[in-house]
Amino acid sequence: MSTEGTSAPLLEVKGLVTRYPVPRGIVGTVARRPKLEVHAVEGVDFTVAPGEMVALVGESGCGKTTTAQTVMRMVDHTEGEILFRGQDIGEMSAGQLQPIRRQMQIIFQDPYESLDPRFRVHDTVMEPLLIHGIGDNGKDRDERVLHALERAGLTPPDLFADRFPHELSGGQRQRVAIAAALVLEPSMLIADEPVSMLDVSVRAGILSLLDGLRRGGLGILMITHDLSTAAHFADRIAVMYLGRIVEEGPSREVVRNPRHPYTKALISVVPKRDPRMQVEPQILTGETPNPTLVPPGCRFHPRCPIAEARCTQTDPQLREPDGADEGHRVACILA
Amino acid sequence: MSESNGATPVLSVRDLHVWFDLSEGRELHAVQGIDLDLLPGERLGLVGESGCGKTTSILAVMGLLPSSAAVAGQVMLNGTDIMAGGEDTVSPHRWKDIAMVFQGAMNAFNPVKRIGEQIAEPMRLHDVASGKEARKQVGELLELVGISANRQDRFPHEFSGGMRQRAAIAMALACNPKVLLADEPTTALDVMVQAQILDLLVSLTNELGLAMILVTHDLPVVAQVCKRAAVMYAGKIVEQGATDTLFHEPRHPYTRMLFQATPDLYGDDAVLSIPGAPPRLDRVLTGCPFAPRCDSAFHPCLLEAPEEREVGEAHVASCHRNDPAHAAEAAAVVV
Amino acid sequence: MSTAVETAAQAELADQPISPRHGFIRSVVFGQPACFVGVSVVIAFTLIAIFAPLLEPYSVTQQVGKVYQPPSSQHWLGTDDGGIDVFSELIAGARVSMLVGFAGAAVAMLIGGLVGLISGFYGGKSDIFLMRITDYFLVIPDVPLMIVAAAIFGRSLTNIIIIIGVIYWTSTARLIRAQVKSVRERVYVKRARALGAGNRRLMRSHVLPQVTPLLIANTVLMIATAIFAETYISFLGLGDPSTISWGRMIQNSLQGGAIFYKAWWAIIPPGLMVTIIILASTMVGTSIEDALNPRLKVGHLSVRRFRLRPLVGRPGAD
Repeated sequence: MSTEGTSAPLLEVKGLVTRYPVPRGIVGTVARRPKLEVHAVEGVDFTVAPGEMVALVGESGCGKTTTAQTVMRMVDHTEGEILFRGQDIGEMSAGQLQPIRRQMQIIFQDPYESLDPRFRVHDTVMEPLLIHGIGDNGKDRDERVLHALERAGLTPPDLFADRFPHELSGGQRQRVAIAAALVLEPSMLIADEPVSMLDVSVRAGILSLLDGLRRGGLGILMITHDLSTAAHFADRIAVMYLGRIVEEGPSREVVRNPRHPYTKALISVVPKRDPRMQVEPQILTGETPNPTLVPPGCRFHPRCPIAEARCTQTDPQLREPDGADEGHRVACILA
Repeated sequence: MSESNGATPVLSVRDLHVWFDLSEGRELHAVQGIDLDLLPGERLGLVGESGCGKTTSILAVMGLLPSSAAVAGQVMLNGTDIMAGGEDTVSPHRWKDIAMVFQGAMNAFNPVKRIGEQIAEPMRLHDVASGKEARKQVGELLELVGISANRQDRFPHEFSGGMRQRAAIAMALACNPKVLLADEPTTALDVMVQAQILDLLVSLTNELGLAMILVTHDLPVVAQVCKRAAVMYAGKIVEQGATDTLFHEPRHPYTRMLFQATPDLYGDDAVLSIPGAPPRLDRVLTGCPFAPRCDSAFHPCLLEAPEEREVGEAHVASCHRNDPAHAAEAAAVVV
Repeated sequence: MSTAVETAAQAELADQPISPRHGFIRSVVFGQPACFVGVSVVIAFTLIAIFAPLLEPYSVTQQVGKVYQPPSSQHWLGTDDGGIDVFSELIAGARVSMLVGFAGAAVAMLIGGLVGLISGFYGGKSDIFLMRITDYFLVIPDVPLMIVAAAIFGRSLTNIIIIIGVIYWTSTARLIRAQVKSVRERVYVKRARALGAGNRRLMRSHVLPQVTPLLIANTVLMIATAIFAETYISFLGLGDPSTISWGRMIQNSLQGGAIFYKAWWAIIPPGLMVTIIILASTMVGTSIEDALNPRLKVGHLSVRRFRLRPLVGRPGAD
């Protein structure tokens, strides 16, 4: 199904940690309240190879969006390495990052806000070329813009080039955003919830487009809360909880043979299309805890249905459990 | 239709139409003659994508449309048409007999009033209870939805998203209605919290005999929670019946294609988008409204709108393919 | 993707004409009568101000008649306490008042716009620093400051313009800062930044276009404030003694006892002029603001009451 394993990874994230300080204000400082930090990402490792789609899945507050933003250097990391094509981009300055930015592009969740309402489609897709000084002349740039629009499925491109965003549907707007990402011919795409604000009948089109780009060699990191979408389109799934990856592996394997109690609960709770295929949902009590107060030991233990005493003491690392497929790793001492 | 199993529906909608005034004397025909029956204790799913008219329909049932709207049709509550006199006949029943959980209700709380006060407000307005008695009932309601009674003195910002949604449900149940209309009650919530809320809704209908219409675009949610569902497109109900039948034996192409466009956790079938977009409802349409996008359209589809036909037990669909008169022609167009 | 279906959707899109970019101004000015009247008045006054020397029938420095002569065919608005033709003074005064008004507003807009832009865009320490300064300027009472500044720096036209600009930039700064902050958080700006766009490009291409209409609306309103401030300053006797402005005319008539002489022609016309121009500027400014922010209209708060249509004999029945 995927082309991974044979080529060097495009993106390698090692031990990524991103923390935000919570501002205390004057009252807090005077009252000597403890300095709180949001532990958004607490030690994340994963790779994305060319022609591979990796899905970061989890609920709100799990750190998946922050991970994507850190990888894009939109946010500064606290520790760890971000290797893009072998180069550590984590410490690069803005100037050094510029050529990297050509290679790695991002698509956001909200198609209605992703485009400047004052820019015509043509201007939006042209902008990246102007920023990076690409294209020999105006005519060359125009051609690149039209080509990118075609790649994004907006054909015939001249029909769309002069339109304003408000004249387009949600799906079309998202395609414009994708075209703006493709015009620089990147090798990697980060898609943050690319279809969650689109109608169901439109989603598949966008996801197929991304799938097609993947088969064309692009590496895609998809952030989503929708397990079904991840299971269907991604080659590998990494399930995140409170800043950590708790389980990762080939998507089919993770979905059919989950080993982490959180993954198992999530999968049991996702509604299935077929009314006959509903399973007894394993509903966890409460909600995801506050990321400023991470529980000691295994961060999942307060909600874990099979937690034992030693779970409060050990913080499990990702490892391959017995009997699992290769590449399937779990962070649980009981798996 | 559902009277075939002997019970009388608590809510019956017949031939409901809603028009909205547009500039220059034009009209938007948002709801085009829908029929629904809801039995006590039943959960009926009303499914469709954005713009299909599902929210407008239930707002019409509640009489909560603005002055730019015109409504026609019957809304029978336990046999009495509450729509007969417009606002004057609907308002006595609002909240006391039919209540609604609005889309985004969890974000619609007044931030400077305590939760208990806000839940008690409809009780006071509809003369159900006041003062100490109201407080007691609010406590009971909160317990019913899974929040401890003493939290009624807290402010909305002290509650998490899932708990606010529960509070919104409690507010809807304040005057002990027989019918609950829930508009996208879990759309903005994480999948685990969604499971909790759906579980709550199921137990409320089972234990209180509450009848519920669940409006959503999320087919798997309907598959999990609703035994019967109605699929809406372009202001009409195109198919209605048991959810199981809708998935396994759909008799309208839109229903089938909508399921096909939804990725499933375990399913490996291709996920296909539906090309095109819904028709504009400010114009009179000839033929079937879905014909332009239908993969099995044939000759009569472009000429006349299909009638609603019984295609099975308590199963209706509006598609020419179900018309025996067109059987030969239909067979010639292979799906 | 089914080509037949896509073509149909595209045909629909192709049917719609390509939207022009500049319909906004046209729709605002010609769409709202109040704005149209306001703009006409402002343009009229500006023309008077520009062509003042050509329009004045008499000199404003020479006595041409007796003191407080009532209006006649020779002197349409009579003479003032110095025997000077009031009508000529009015026209000359237009020049000074409009000049100070526009220039003062321009200075306020420049300072306020710059502060708001830097503060809103960069945030952090510069934001805190600039906002502190803004707060200090806000609490300074304008009239005492004008008096002190006039006393220290002298009473010239340039100084007045600068004083007005320096006093009134704060509201612009806050408004622009709020707008810049909001635009900076929009997804398309974040996206451009993630693409590698530098701050200058972001400000120029994305932020400024969103901020400019608001700035224009605010500046137009500021013109009204500036003209009023100039009138005030001159009325208090702090204005430039070598020029004649409407405020100065009012001051002259008060000091010259015009009320005692019942010389309404020396008092009312300048006051009327100031009122008209301020009203006109305000009408234009608020029209632009309303057009930019449709939520300022309160119509959607009306009581919801849908209408009922009879079932029988309905058009479009199935």
